[in-house]
Amino acid sequence: MNSESYMQTVIRRFRRHHLAAVSLLVLFVIVAAALLAPVIAPYDPDELAGPFSGAPSREFWLGTDQIGRDVLSRLLYATRISLLVGVMATVISTVIGVILGLIAGYFGGVADMVIMRFTDMVMSFPYILLVLVAAAIFKPGLWNIILILGFVDWPGIARLVRGNVLNLRETNFVKGNIVAGMPLRHILFSEILPNTVAPILIYATSVLALSILDEAALSFLGQGVQPPTASLGNMLNGAQSLTVLTTQPWLWIPPGLVIITVVMAINFIGDALRDALDPNGC
Amino acid sequence: MDEKKMPLIRVEDMKKYYPSRGGIIMHTTGYVKAVDGVSFEIYEGETLGLVGESGCGKSTIGRQLVGLERPTAGNIWYRKDNLDALYRNRKEMRRVRTKLQMVFQDPYSSLNPRKHIYDILAQPMLYHHISDKAYVERDILKILDMVGLPKTTLGRYPHEFSGGQRQRIGIAKALSLNPEFIVCDEPVSALDVSIQAQILNLLKELQKELGLTLLFVGHGLGAVHYVSSRIAVMYLGKIVEYGPAAEVFRNPVHPYTRALLEAVPVPDPGERKTEHRLLQGEIGNSTNPPAGCRFHPRCPYAVEQCRKETPMLCGIAPQKKEGTGGQDRETAPAHMAACPVALSGLEEGKHG
Amino acid sequence: MGKYILKRILVAIPVLIGITIIDYAIMCLAGSPLQMLQGPRVSEAAVEAKKIALGLDQPAYIQYFVWLGQLLHGNLGYSMKSYQSVSSMIGSHIGPTLLLMGVSLIVSLLMAVPAGIYSAIHQYSKGDYAVVTLSFLGSSVPGFFLSLLLIYLFTVRLGWLPSSGMTTLGTQSGAGDVAKHMVMPVLVLSFSMAGSNIRYIRSAMLEILQQDYLRTAKAKGIGRFLVINKHALRNALVPIITVIGMEIPVLFGGAVIIEQIFSWPGLGLMTMSAISNRDYPVIMGVCLLSAVVVLAANLVTDILYALVDPTIQLD
Repeated sequence: MNSESYMQTVIRRFRRHHLAAVSLLVLFVIVAAALLAPVIAPYDPDELAGPFSGAPSREFWLGTDQIGRDVLSRLLYATRISLLVGVMATVISTVIGVILGLIAGYFGGVADMVIMRFTDMVMSFPYILLVLVAAAIFKPGLWNIILILGFVDWPGIARLVRGNVLNLRETNFVKGNIVAGMPLRHILFSEILPNTVAPILIYATSVLALSILDEAALSFLGQGVQPPTASLGNMLNGAQSLTVLTTQPWLWIPPGLVIITVVMAINFIGDALRDALDPNGC
Repeated sequence: MDEKKMPLIRVEDMKKYYPSRGGIIMHTTGYVKAVDGVSFEIYEGETLGLVGESGCGKSTIGRQLVGLERPTAGNIWYRKDNLDALYRNRKEMRRVRTKLQMVFQDPYSSLNPRKHIYDILAQPMLYHHISDKAYVERDILKILDMVGLPKTTLGRYPHEFSGGQRQRIGIAKALSLNPEFIVCDEPVSALDVSIQAQILNLLKELQKELGLTLLFVGHGLGAVHYVSSRIAVMYLGKIVEYGPAAEVFRNPVHPYTRALLEAVPVPDPGERKTEHRLLQGEIGNSTNPPAGCRFHPRCPYAVEQCRKETPMLCGIAPQKKEGTGGQDRETAPAHMAACPVALSGLEEGKHG
Repeated sequence: MGKYILKRILVAIPVLIGITIIDYAIMCLAGSPLQMLQGPRVSEAAVEAKKIALGLDQPAYIQYFVWLGQLLHGNLGYSMKSYQSVSSMIGSHIGPTLLLMGVSLIVSLLMAVPAGIYSAIHQYSKGDYAVVTLSFLGSSVPGFFLSLLLIYLFTVRLGWLPSSGMTTLGTQSGAGDVAKHMVMPVLVLSFSMAGSNIRYIRSAMLEILQQDYLRTAKAKGIGRFLVINKHALRNALVPIITVIGMEIPVLFGGAVIIEQIFSWPGLGLMTMSAISNRDYPVIMGVCLLSAVVVLAANLVTDILYALVDPTIQLD
């Protein structure tokens, strides 16, 4: 018998992953910097503050862009936007996926068949192609990008939840609650859902990483977040021009590094969570 | 036992078929006849034991009785009411549900691993207004005490308990709704042998104390005999022998019951029978059960008639024992068996 | 087996029909392509004539059925921009894309399979940590950023590799020239795919290595090398097949961005220009093609599974 609570076990196992612990710290710093952008940014991100395409200097740590805006300030605001897109898209796809997965798994039959076939269809479209087509149709923009990514990422979660519900539905504790006459909402939300939180959380971290990458790719292609709003992807857009690529690396290397750092930190954390939340681990 | 007493549960020709699906376009290709025409009664305050090999349909019957599934055909009566009709009325259903409870086989999966024992027990009680917020803790402690668990149980998670303790919590959960009838679905078969007796005793005590009615499903005749007042023996979806526990145990009629009894280990070597007739083969296929008597392919006594005619349950004249004439009335409730060969053998005095 | 394949195909058909409907619905939401034509110099009547010529005056569901009927005759319609038939456009662009995808697939497997197996066999060693960390880097680096870095390094700084197109303009295009143009796009595509695949193969391999029959083989005194090669690798075929099945849709999507960056004259480049031109028939044709490819990839994966692993039930 151990008297360690579930959370304590999870935390103990998580701390064994040193990279994840470091990642958590790094992510915390980046998120804090993004949230505090209005306070710590040296300039207004849209303000024409300095020389055109100025190299990094004491005044402008990361230089200035083609029309003289401070790159560091824009980077802070861009991180904010990219994180917002990632988190919101993940929340939307998780909510859709959980609801559809619960319905398909618990009720089975026709509802299950329709939902799963629909999931198959969405999954059959090459993901980026679907996002690009949708982005082209619905006019690029912050909220459209969030919605598009949110509506494209749910099938994985729906399948995951459905599989879990199918297993849980057959467990004795769910049957026991049916025998005890507990209402459906109790069984779905109080018995079944808490037992699928761990796999959903793990999956959601990978959706978060993917959403951030996809926003970046879309904005890079000019189909995502539109200037003057800065996002990590559209800051890289300028690098499609040869001058920027060759002679002004301060314009495109920092946002690229931020993307890699954020996504990698999220992936490491997800990997550690997978271990920490594993019911069979020790 | 009083014959005029109204049964608490009466099952009338219950059938439960599960469709088996297959083919290129999914369609029903046949039925698994898990329970195929079963009738019995359970009287208030008694324990009916239901025995048989795994796959014979005994647990299926339990699931129908607590409303986890609905039978394909036949009726289940709870006192005067037909369960099927009650379940159509939401309000009635909610009331009846609490009266018919179940203790599950595997105590490791019968408790939600993410909840404190307090929540596991309190939530149903509060939902059904069996207790209220102010008193629920006191009520739970009373029940925990009944099943022999300490106060500290409340704040813990299921994984902190052993199998036997979890099964006690499972029993407490069933008791917490003030049920009249509890299906115990092989409640000890997942437990260590040393713990089994404790749980069996607990069930026996609780039944006596609270006047509960139990259906005890098991595959070991020994445990079933220990807790039951009457026993029904099942084979491939049908009851083959049915009668008072002592009578069935002392005087088994159906060849299948005899085989099961011979499989019960006898502790005293002196009492062991020399001859062991172990059953050959395995339990048949319930999608396509053998014609006639379902047991005939494995039965050492099978004759031509067994392959053709499906035997009915028939009463057996209670065997008189010298000097115990007073027992006649007591054994009066029919001891029945579905084996004409064995029954005629009894009458002619050749069998046994 | 034949029955199983037939059954899988029958399940895929409603999905395919659903895909065409979703596809068409999205296109209808997009609005009319005539908006692109309208301008001060285009007369009302001309627009109207164009509308009728393109069949846009019909209700949407009729347009859909017309399109579907044509499809059954192998006709994917005509581009609204160039008036070429979509199937011939796809035909002329698919070669470079298949070349790029095929080579990337092979290269990514050549990276992922040995790395994954090495990592599993030497679990928790320094080499394992290095491989796993590198694989995380692979799945965290945006393909376009990696492309930019490579172009910066190999084209701008070192001048070793060409950064756009499939052949050098004005020269006799030999296989060596094409290969040179392919190095960077293939590296980018295969590196990002190898990232997740290494981890998948590693964990699948770890599971296999823990199986009892391997312990039995070891206990019998069969050497470590033989155990891994003869017993484990055969079972590792299953995860490798899974990886290939998963890669195909990813490749299709990844090609869009990578082709755009490297101006690789394949389907991706064609699709991007169709998207910006709102050339519906072309977009629909590509979507349909890619959905069919993905469905077919899933089907082939399932069938290969059944062939490799006798314990997988076909029902």
